[in-house]
Amino acid sequence: MANPRYWRENPSRYNLIGKRCENCGTVHFPPREICPKCRRKSIGKMKSHKLSGRGKVYSFTIVHEPMPDFSLMKPYIMAMVEMEEGVRLTGQIVDCEPARLSIGMEVEATLRKLGQEGSSGIIRYGYKFRPR
Amino acid sequence: MREVAIIGIGDTRFGELWEHSLRDIGMQAGLNAVSDAGIAGEQIEALYIGNMAAGSLIDQEHLGALVSDYSGLSQLHIPAVRIEAAGASGGMALREGYLAVASGLHDVVMVAGAEKMTDVTDEEIPMVQMAGGDQQWEGIAGATMPSLFAMMARRHMHEYGTTREQLASVPVKNHKNGALNKQAQYQRAITMETVLKSPVVADPLGVFDCAPVSDGAAALILAPADAAGKYAQEAIRIAASAAATDTLALQHRESLTRMDSVKVASTKAYRTAGVNPKDIDVAEIHDSYSIAEIMSIEDLGFFEKGRGGPATLEGMTEINGVVSVNTSGGLKARGDPMGATGVAQAVEIARQLRGKADKRQVTDAEVGLSLNVGGTGGTSVVHIFRRA
Repeated sequence: MANPRYWRENPSRYNLIGKRCENCGTVHFPPREICPKCRRKSIGKMKSHKLSGRGKVYSFTIVHEPMPDFSLMKPYIMAMVEMEEGVRLTGQIVDCEPARLSIGMEVEATLRKLGQEGSSGIIRYGYKFRPR
Repeated sequence: MREVAIIGIGDTRFGELWEHSLRDIGMQAGLNAVSDAGIAGEQIEALYIGNMAAGSLIDQEHLGALVSDYSGLSQLHIPAVRIEAAGASGGMALREGYLAVASGLHDVVMVAGAEKMTDVTDEEIPMVQMAGGDQQWEGIAGATMPSLFAMMARRHMHEYGTTREQLASVPVKNHKNGALNKQAQYQRAITMETVLKSPVVADPLGVFDCAPVSDGAAALILAPADAAGKYAQEAIRIAASAAATDTLALQHRESLTRMDSVKVASTKAYRTAGVNPKDIDVAEIHDSYSIAEIMSIEDLGFFEKGRGGPATLEGMTEINGVVSVNTSGGLKARGDPMGATGVAQAVEIARQLRGKADKRQVTDAEVGLSLNVGGTGGTSVVHIFRRA
């Protein structure tokens, strides 16, 4: 992925800042300008909202055939995590033996290296999850 | 809106077609369809081509002009456009062709689908496939397309007790069907043990739960149904064409165990065609992953939610079962050249409804359905077909 495409999302990706619809209270991540539930009523009412970083594993898998940038990490754990705020995030789980994994396991977000551009390019950082 | 019929079908064999380029196979499928319909090239008024990723795979865009040109149509200067909706590109191209004829804008159009995937190394394919999901918020974290379906599979097992053997029964059935299809990439049966012991891609899914990397092309000629009698072949009526979208990223779905785009598109299609799920004799379903076929036969209303796994293991979706699913071999055994897949599904249904499906013929097939899915269900396209 070319640098500017993830660079511009860094404030939200580093700090887990999404948006909360002031009309219905739903928290969205990544940030959206329109709430899919409220549509027109939500315009101008989407306020920045920082996630607590705590959540539970909703589903998971162990990736053995990754995209090229991730080949040194394989096998690694991918999960979908349901955050306390109700929104789900896709991220890796680290510092965890695969045998410990289960749906419902409590995890917290942690800032880690996600990858880098080619073999010597700019490093991409973002959230992963670890057992809590 | 006018009724629309398929008057010609054509395809290439799917597989690693090393000696053939994208333009070769696009031309060949188109030529086969024109010849099947018994029409002349001058009768084609427009061309719609489904293709997902030629820009990434072979650095080539502008496929409308390319395929039109190499099909010998350049001096006719017809409008030609490439349609992209990830894995549902072919189904969407069929829908665009259908709309053009139904609206009265064109009389005879060609719908084609083509993809050339084996010109790049295997390592590059996961990136191309993942472009059908959300690269910005799923791919960047390391999610691959199979890993997203694996997370659906794990939820389906968690919520409904679906078993590993039930998942494996999908590729076993589809390989059994593919063994009867001369155009299929894999024409051999496999055992459940083979699936269960295959290398893991993203657990619980192994290599045999995932559709292969394929080259291939397919084409259809469409015309108004009321004029269909004057062409060479028995016409197959398109009784409904419906498409639906959903969130791009899987993480934003309410449920991981169903695809709402499949439910919405199929509900619309059944209503338009005036049929129920139990009326479907033969269906080509988007089995890009084993779990996708299980969820889809539930979301299409063939079986209750949670019953897709047991139904498949019990043989209810085999040829001449309760509903014959993926008689061609499906994406798993026939092959999955992404943009060609949705068109190839319609080719198979037309063969079945014409009664020309050889050893895999479904007895007295009258009503057929195709389901073409993009990404994790961000797009679904459903067509219903009837003998005219």
